[in-house]
Amino acid sequence: MKNRSQPAARMERLQSVQRRCWQLLAREPGRSRYSTHDDLHTKGSLDSHIPLQKWRETRRSILAGRGHRQHEVKDMARGYQGNAICTTKYSILTFIPLNLFQQFRRAANLYFLFLALLNWVPVVEAFQKEITMIPLLVVLAVIAVKDALEDYRRYLFDKNINNKVVQVYCGKKQAYMERCWKDVQVGDFVRLSCNDIIPADILLLHSSDARGVCYIETANLDGETNLKQRQVVSGLPLQGVEFTPESFHGRIECENPNNDLGRFRGFMEHPNGTRVGLHSNNLLLRGCTIRTTETVVGIVVYAGHETKALMNNSGPRYKWSQLEKRLNVDVLWCVVLLFVMCLTAAVGHGLWLKKLQNAVFVTDEETPPALAGFYVFWTMIIVLQVLIPISLYVSIEIVKLGQIYFIQNDMALYDQHADCRIQCRALNITENLGQIQYLFSDKTGTLTENKMVFCRCSIHGIEYPHAENARRLKLYETEKNDVQSACGGDSSCINPSLAHPHTLPVEAKEVIPDPDLVKKLSRLRSPPLPQGVCSCETTSLQEAASVMDFFLALAICNTVVVSSPRQPPNTVAEAQTSGEDMKMMFHGVSSSSLSAFPTLAPSEIREKPRCSNSVLTREKTATFTCSPPPGRTVNHEVTVETSQCRRRLDSPHEEHMENNSKNMTDERDADDALLYEAESPDEAALVHAARAYHCTLRGRCADSLTVNLPGLGTVGVQLLHVLPFDSNRKRMSVVVRHPVTGQVVVYTKGADSVIMDLAETPKGAEQAAENYDYIRQQTQKHLDGYAREGLRTLCIAKKVLEEEEYEAWLQRHTLAESSIDDREELLFDSAERLETNLTLLGTTGIVDQLQDGVPETMDVLQRAGIKVWVLTGDKQETAINVAYACGLIRPGDRLLMANCESKEACTELLEELKLEVQREAYPSRRTPEESSSGFILIIDGQTLAWALKEEARSFLEVSSSCKAVICCRSTPLQKSQVVRLVRDQLNVMTLAVGDGANDVSMIQAADVGIGISGQEGMQAVMASDFAISRFKHLRKLLLVHGHWCFSRLANMILYFIYKNVMFVNLLFWYQFFCGFSGSVMTNSWVLIFFNLIFTSAPPLIYGILDKDVAADRLMRMPELYHSVHTSQVYASLAFWFTVLDAFYQSLVCFFVPYFAYAGSDVGELSFGSPINASALLIILLHQVIESHTLTWIHVGVLVLSGGSYFAFVLIFSVCCVTCSPPTNPVGVEVLQMSHPLFYIVCALTTVTALLPRFLFRVLYNTMHASAPRQAAYGDRARRAKYRRRMRHQNLKLCVANRQPEHPDAASLELSTESVVF
Amino acid sequence: MSRFTANADGGQVSVFNPRQADTQKKKSHKSSFRQQKLPAWKPVLTTGAVCLALFIIGLLFIPIGIALSATSANINEVKIDYTGMDKSSSCFSCWKSSSWNNTCKCTVPFFLDRSFDSTVFMYYGLSNFYQNHRRFVSSRHDSQLNGNMESLMEPSKDCEPYAFRDNKPIAPCGAIANSMFNDTLDLFRNVPTVGDVRIPLTGKGIAWWTDKHMKFKNPGGQDQNLTTVFQGTSRPLNWRRPVSELDQDPENNGFINEDFIVWMRNAALPTFRKLYRIIHKTKKMPTLARGNYTLHVVYSILHRVLHPTSNHISSVPKPLQSDYPVRSFQGRKWVILSTSSWMGGRNPFLGVAYLVVGSVSLFLWVVLLVLHHQNNNP
Repeated sequence: MKNRSQPAARMERLQSVQRRCWQLLAREPGRSRYSTHDDLHTKGSLDSHIPLQKWRETRRSILAGRGHRQHEVKDMARGYQGNAICTTKYSILTFIPLNLFQQFRRAANLYFLFLALLNWVPVVEAFQKEITMIPLLVVLAVIAVKDALEDYRRYLFDKNINNKVVQVYCGKKQAYMERCWKDVQVGDFVRLSCNDIIPADILLLHSSDARGVCYIETANLDGETNLKQRQVVSGLPLQGVEFTPESFHGRIECENPNNDLGRFRGFMEHPNGTRVGLHSNNLLLRGCTIRTTETVVGIVVYAGHETKALMNNSGPRYKWSQLEKRLNVDVLWCVVLLFVMCLTAAVGHGLWLKKLQNAVFVTDEETPPALAGFYVFWTMIIVLQVLIPISLYVSIEIVKLGQIYFIQNDMALYDQHADCRIQCRALNITENLGQIQYLFSDKTGTLTENKMVFCRCSIHGIEYPHAENARRLKLYETEKNDVQSACGGDSSCINPSLAHPHTLPVEAKEVIPDPDLVKKLSRLRSPPLPQGVCSCETTSLQEAASVMDFFLALAICNTVVVSSPRQPPNTVAEAQTSGEDMKMMFHGVSSSSLSAFPTLAPSEIREKPRCSNSVLTREKTATFTCSPPPGRTVNHEVTVETSQCRRRLDSPHEEHMENNSKNMTDERDADDALLYEAESPDEAALVHAARAYHCTLRGRCADSLTVNLPGLGTVGVQLLHVLPFDSNRKRMSVVVRHPVTGQVVVYTKGADSVIMDLAETPKGAEQAAENYDYIRQQTQKHLDGYAREGLRTLCIAKKVLEEEEYEAWLQRHTLAESSIDDREELLFDSAERLETNLTLLGTTGIVDQLQDGVPETMDVLQRAGIKVWVLTGDKQETAINVAYACGLIRPGDRLLMANCESKEACTELLEELKLEVQREAYPSRRTPEESSSGFILIIDGQTLAWALKEEARSFLEVSSSCKAVICCRSTPLQKSQVVRLVRDQLNVMTLAVGDGANDVSMIQAADVGIGISGQEGMQAVMASDFAISRFKHLRKLLLVHGHWCFSRLANMILYFIYKNVMFVNLLFWYQFFCGFSGSVMTNSWVLIFFNLIFTSAPPLIYGILDKDVAADRLMRMPELYHSVHTSQVYASLAFWFTVLDAFYQSLVCFFVPYFAYAGSDVGELSFGSPINASALLIILLHQVIESHTLTWIHVGVLVLSGGSYFAFVLIFSVCCVTCSPPTNPVGVEVLQMSHPLFYIVCALTTVTALLPRFLFRVLYNTMHASAPRQAAYGDRARRAKYRRRMRHQNLKLCVANRQPEHPDAASLELSTESVVF
Repeated sequence: MSRFTANADGGQVSVFNPRQADTQKKKSHKSSFRQQKLPAWKPVLTTGAVCLALFIIGLLFIPIGIALSATSANINEVKIDYTGMDKSSSCFSCWKSSSWNNTCKCTVPFFLDRSFDSTVFMYYGLSNFYQNHRRFVSSRHDSQLNGNMESLMEPSKDCEPYAFRDNKPIAPCGAIANSMFNDTLDLFRNVPTVGDVRIPLTGKGIAWWTDKHMKFKNPGGQDQNLTTVFQGTSRPLNWRRPVSELDQDPENNGFINEDFIVWMRNAALPTFRKLYRIIHKTKKMPTLARGNYTLHVVYSILHRVLHPTSNHISSVPKPLQSDYPVRSFQGRKWVILSTSSWMGGRNPFLGVAYLVVGSVSLFLWVVLLVLHHQNNNP
């Protein structure tokens, strides 16, 4: 892997360092402004450990204000880069030297240069001096033109960007003036309106939104189309009113420009000395778009190339292509061949010269034969230079561009849903697609849709199967193909985010509530009559509270942004009115089971009388019209409860249910307007699920959430903190003030493994603990069940904080937040501290449907001889289940489980597995077709870590004899380690496919990285070589395009080498008749152009358009893919075969004319004329024989190539009287072509030369034409038979090893019943 | 912006922006070219298809071969070696006697057993003469030969060491011109009654038209007196006469002397012949009737300076040999008399080759036919 941009990047970095140094030096004298630093240094408790020097190196200081301190500001701005961007590599003046410098760093061009220079040495001069320059000049010119065009495009683009207009505050005129982007400087105040693109990295100081938030869309930056919320720097008042930059006199200190998009650290110091921490939430990044916010004002912090967007700019990666490596070997052989030929000529010349005395034709008799031979060696290198196919490298680049053009245009790789085609980001590894032996796939989003739909849940140890919902999902799946993007309608024009994949079609997201759960929720609203059995009531009340908390957590424990097409997100939130009095049904719980659920202590609950149309709310309003002001006395609550109960009793249950369902539809109408934009699809699914149970998230702003709760109506939840998701913690939390109890509650949502560990048994009443343990066990059981079913599981837990506890934590957390240097680490620690002693609420099962065509693709890939490994972070059971579903594991396969507790056990297990695999592998190895049924290794993350570290070899031995490997619970790092291990140790071609940021390292490690542009942003795509939108596209990409690209390139390379060897040998044979003196029988122009013009286009066409097997046949018979890379073994054979054929053809091509003209009065050029003509015919017709398809393009190019030769030589022989000394072609060709002998010789030569190749093709085709088809047929029949037999056996033998294919739903239900009793 | 990314290096990456992407552009064009579904001929070379091709090749080549063989056989050609290897031959003595006599004559008698009926071409042939040696080939100055006055006085560096002599430019310069063939050949028929009858030899038209009229030109135009034009130049070292005295005929003198032009066209192979004279066909009589003939060779004394020590040779060359020297490199000299046909001179190779290739094709056709037949009916 070579990074082309690396040197350039390094240079830039160097420059920036120099610039920085210069700035620092320049600033040193004027220290006045820095005096603040010093007292800051002494004052700043956080930074006291940082030495002054480091401080300056890592910070930048921005002075705001355009008034009295204008000079100072100007000085400051001069130190930082302006906002003009220049991405061009060259300017008009520097283009030629710089471009030449760049080009001469390539070895190929150096070779040309060497030859050109060699020709200037008089004693070895072979041609006219100018002529050897031509290849070099042509290659340089072609590449220079390409570079120039690219650079010009960049220049235009830069110009376009730089001249965009933005409103910048002008201190003199005290108003915002329109200015070009390029004139914006650090420290400028910029005003942006809705839908403006942000011109630089801007610190948000003001937003028209009253809460000081602003929404940006970062699609241009990372491809994520959901809106992200940005917050005005805290401590700045004046939101909503006009902001006057004049009044802003803060000083901003922040870190130096860096490329971390998610990090921004610094603080703002107000004139009065108070400091406010700044973080990435305050920064508007260049390139993003302002959405749904009227106006924002900010101060430019980083401009131009120092913005995060541009710092993040890394060009396409350069991966080495496997074929090119092999090509280098072939080229090396060509060098050897050249050396041998030159040496032969040198020795021959020496001997020849030695024999002669006083020959009139020897002009230079002083040179001793040995020295003359030495000179001839170098002359021959010039003469035979074509043998080294340097132009091949240029040709390959062109061919690959053509191949990529076709891949990108393939309709079969076009996804209508997303309206996106395949993107080829790497330009030079197309043929790697045709040699893949190992495929590493991510699971979520790659094999599955990553369209998360809530499926079932378990709360308080009780499973709610959502049977109706499951039925609907199944129905949906069958209709999925018909369902086109449903969000295309009226709303999409208002909010572009509607097109965002996270906002699923309504049908898919909608969750049909489970009747049991609805009943329980409604029971919550109408608590059952106090019964005799207290514990039972307690349990049910606890349960009800859990259910409530569970859904509240689903609704609020996320970072989902709510927006409505009719209203911008900020105004949605404003609709809420919180803090109205209301009494809750929770009182009952609080009275009876406070010990277990302290959360549910009553508090100020307010109901908004007018807003909700919920029946419940209306009922409540009716019931509690006279409810007293908030109080915490239990007695009071009890009274209320009884009255409520009585009221409840009166209303018949059925009626209530009816009302409820009616109300549901009403509410849905109202809520349909809400749009959830989530960072991950899981979150969106959960929010939607909560909404189905009337826990609707209605709005979000910086410090509060608006939620519709059943029985409560719209309430505001004070959002204290969000501890965002982190792949290390594997969870996220929100800290809120509970709307009901007013307590500080932490809701945590995360991976089951983590949450189950954190949700420890609470200390307290024994019975409660026992009960809780039981719930945990049940939940664990349900979790396992979900996983087996292939559902994604998330656990929800909560924790109630005492005020003091919270205060204590808050203090340290604030400290962490305001810290500038180790903010991330400190925040992490802080989160860890908070997320302990959680109480488990329940778990959710989210279904992630398999993408369409995945099983077929898997089957086809395996039949193509590609080993598929699934690397996933999911649970083992989930992974296995998905593997079953997508056909990776077939019924007959044996699963090898590797779950170890310790390193030693791991070693032992691997040894054991190795033995088992070897024992079993032998009988099946006899018939390779039977490998379709084999071992599947399933290894978990922990074991994988040991295996990778200690037992790489035995792990590989085991895994390489397995049909497939599934690594679950693996981290991104492990994924890339696995890929690297397989790639390097087994020396195979690997392909990694993934869709998320966690797959980036794997994608980069593999020989071919494929990103799936799916639901999880664009990081994977950005890192990939090819980006597709569906997994099933791999089939055509690999089987057809990969196969074609590989065979095309391989054939083209062989053809190219053939062509060169064939032509060069003609010159070599002539040496035997000219005393090895380096003479050629051709005009040197023709000689140079022969390779450069006359025969250059056909191989390109051959490399771009040839189809050795038709596309549909390749699709039907994946076995053909396999045959390509097994034939690699014979690649060197093919090379030598080609070289031999070239030798034969050149022998014929030379000696037929030789014997035809021997002894006659033929002149040197007249002799060369039929040789060249027949060589051209042979080379062109050779391609016709080798081509598998001929279209009018082929024919056209072949005719043009042939025609161009004849046209050139004829015109040349008429016009060139003295232009090409000493081999003047005047009259030669015209005279030659007027003789019939010329045609007689050409015909004989061409036919004789091509006859063997022709016959070989015939015999080869006759023998191989039907072979693959028969083989494929036989394969299938045999495999089917074997599979039947194996299935039979496995049924008896392997039951123990097998994972159940489908979870035992009945037993699950049984267990739930036992909980409920 | 994603465009920045595209911009960063190479700029070849397509801009990706799912929403703003131009839908029209994105909708892949369904043209068969882009989908690689152009109608194509698939040259699947299987036995059946190829049989026909082989058959046609055989069918075409065998008649051509027969025609070529017949034509070649009809061409009369006689080769007379006059190198003088044999001590008895008069040419041997001529070679031996290196006297200061102006000329030395030798005669070679020969007998034609077939009469040459059509126009006869008389060639001189040399063997082992590497006129295609790289340094030799380039040792000329085309511009000078094309009549360029400047080049006449300033010969190209390629001509060295035959560029200057006594500080005067050599015209024509270079090794090729210097080594020009200079044996004078004459043909006599021994008519028993009359004695030796000189056969009329035409030297006109032996050079290519393009050479004579385009490539080679005397400096200063046609009407100039060649002696004055070539004033200030020196003759090539080995030449007896300056270039302006090659022939009496002004149309055949100087650079446009046809013998000179013929010599200046380098032969492709070390054994070669060059057209010397043409014996035109006379009415009703065979051009060369059956009978005895004598070849008269007149040697001019060739000044040989084989090791010019400097670029400007001042020493007077020593006469060494009288004939055109080929013995030093084991060469031979011939006179070749040949008639011609549409396929040029006599060459049995092509006819045989055509016959062989044609027969091989037919043979393969039969083999493949049998194979094909067997494959289809196992």
